[in-house]
Amino acid sequence: MEQVKLALRSALPFLIALPVLWGVSEVLRYYEFTSFQYILMMAFIDVILAVSLNVINGFTGQFSIGHAGFMAIGAYTAAKITLAARGLEIIGLPPGISDQVIFLLALLAGMCTASIAGFLVGMPSLRLRGDYLAIVTLGFNEIIRVVIENTSFLGQATGLSGLPRRTTLVWVGMGAMATILMARRLVGSTHGRALLAIREDEVAAEAMGVNTTGYKVRAFVISAAFAGLAGGLLVHLIQLCTPRSFTFVKSIEVVVMVVLGGMGSITGSVIAAFVLRFGVEALREAQQYRMVLYSMLLIVLMLTRPTGLFGTREIWDWLPRLRRNRAEGGAR
Amino acid sequence: MSAENVTPVLEARKVTMQFGGLKALSEFELELRPRELVGLIGPNGAGKTTAFNAITGVYAPSAGDVLVAGERVNGLRPHVICQRGIARTFQNIRLFKDLTALDNVRVACHHRRAAGFTAAFFRTTGYLEDERSIRRRAEEYLAVMGLSHRRDELARNLPYGEQRRLEIARALATGPKLLCLDEPAAGMNASEKVSLLELIRKIRDDFGLAILLIEHDMRVVMGVSERLVVLDHGKTISRGSPEKVRNDPKVIEAYLGDAYLAEKHISVPGEGA
Repeated sequence: MEQVKLALRSALPFLIALPVLWGVSEVLRYYEFTSFQYILMMAFIDVILAVSLNVINGFTGQFSIGHAGFMAIGAYTAAKITLAARGLEIIGLPPGISDQVIFLLALLAGMCTASIAGFLVGMPSLRLRGDYLAIVTLGFNEIIRVVIENTSFLGQATGLSGLPRRTTLVWVGMGAMATILMARRLVGSTHGRALLAIREDEVAAEAMGVNTTGYKVRAFVISAAFAGLAGGLLVHLIQLCTPRSFTFVKSIEVVVMVVLGGMGSITGSVIAAFVLRFGVEALREAQQYRMVLYSMLLIVLMLTRPTGLFGTREIWDWLPRLRRNRAEGGAR
Repeated sequence: MSAENVTPVLEARKVTMQFGGLKALSEFELELRPRELVGLIGPNGAGKTTAFNAITGVYAPSAGDVLVAGERVNGLRPHVICQRGIARTFQNIRLFKDLTALDNVRVACHHRRAAGFTAAFFRTTGYLEDERSIRRRAEEYLAVMGLSHRRDELARNLPYGEQRRLEIARALATGPKLLCLDEPAAGMNASEKVSLLELIRKIRDDFGLAILLIEHDMRVVMGVSERLVVLDHGKTISRGSPEKVRNDPKVIEAYLGDAYLAEKHISVPGEGA
């Protein structure tokens, strides 16, 4: 009984979010707010990216700028699977449901391959610190892109087209939900505190029995998995999978979100993702100035509020009830 | 109990640390039995902190063996040595500054958890039980060091003396058999030092630990330690009871002679070993 209650409480946010997201998407469809819905979906994908990168850059205090590389690996894996499974149906399921199940499996596979890449990048490069690690992750990002551009199996520079449109508001919403919950539960747990300890003082963390290398690799693996999820969702939204979507410009975009929102604040990442995505869309005419805008935004922010919008604070720190629960039960 | 008394908590056998041409520590010998309180003293640059680093795995010794409870630990990573039962504090305080006092101690409880990584995501009963017991233990250690009222303060906002005590609480929380304290009383005045050292002795009695203590102040360390090891230029120049060490001419020459000289000619107090 206790187990069932716990399992229910663990899944409760998803059970609430599912009908809400479905309702919102139905309303948007009914009133034909297609472009708004599209932007909303893009924003949710950005939320997944920013929150997952925050696990490395914010909680663990490492600086990775190769998030788009992990995204690409997840995207190509998922795209290849849905393309291969075209016309395939799981026996015993109606076609609509079968497609969704295949899409879910494709996304999970994308998360797996991306996390393997996270492990492979993490292992050797985590002996580096600060700028050096940043350069290695950037290099990894570019290597992935160049390899894809030269592999005919992956469609080279033109990429993979003709992907089925599977991504819906419900999918991205649930993905974002899962990412936020993962980050929040992680940081509230003893494992999350180990990551924070590494950020604060690596030597002391090691001396207090925290396996610092192990935890840095874990942070990379988890973060990469969710970047892979975002990649899979993105390509099934734009129905096209090209290396151009995963250049280091994309990585920088995500870093900007994390820094803008505050390194180590999940709330900050979510809000920054929304602000930047909707801001970009509002300034559609001036799109060629996007990078200029990003850098200006960062400079202004660094001058006026170096910790980002939220610093390391979270929205639930201000909600007294949740805070009390957290204080009593360890983490909520 | 009797079997434990036989095996020393820590044994250092001819531990040598060589940095290029510099022998920072040569043939360092030490045997610590449970519940012993041993002082490690010596003038600046004598190799005291180097000895600590060699014992706790920050450096792998160039030669010699370090044994924890009879098992060889040289070359193991610091977190493994910590898990084997050696905890330390740092000469220049190294707290997790932007975490609360409670979280500082909770990090140190981390390695004794039972539930894994994914359990945290699915919030299994095992994980929740873990979190509760970690919290309970952390509160206990804070209470022992008289820091319960500071629980939710960020470590960086604590006054100096409390930061020192929080570091000891954090080291205790790793569940050590041996506690290595690197100048825990540095920067304190004489009466603060005495009360801190009394607290340290109390911890030793309550938790049944062995304690290895680095301290500059000869008077203070002689009052609290049962045994002393004196280092100078990496070599062990004297060892034994405080009375014996106090009257050892080599110690007077190396240690007190230096202090005397410092008083006469140089007014800058150069801290840091």
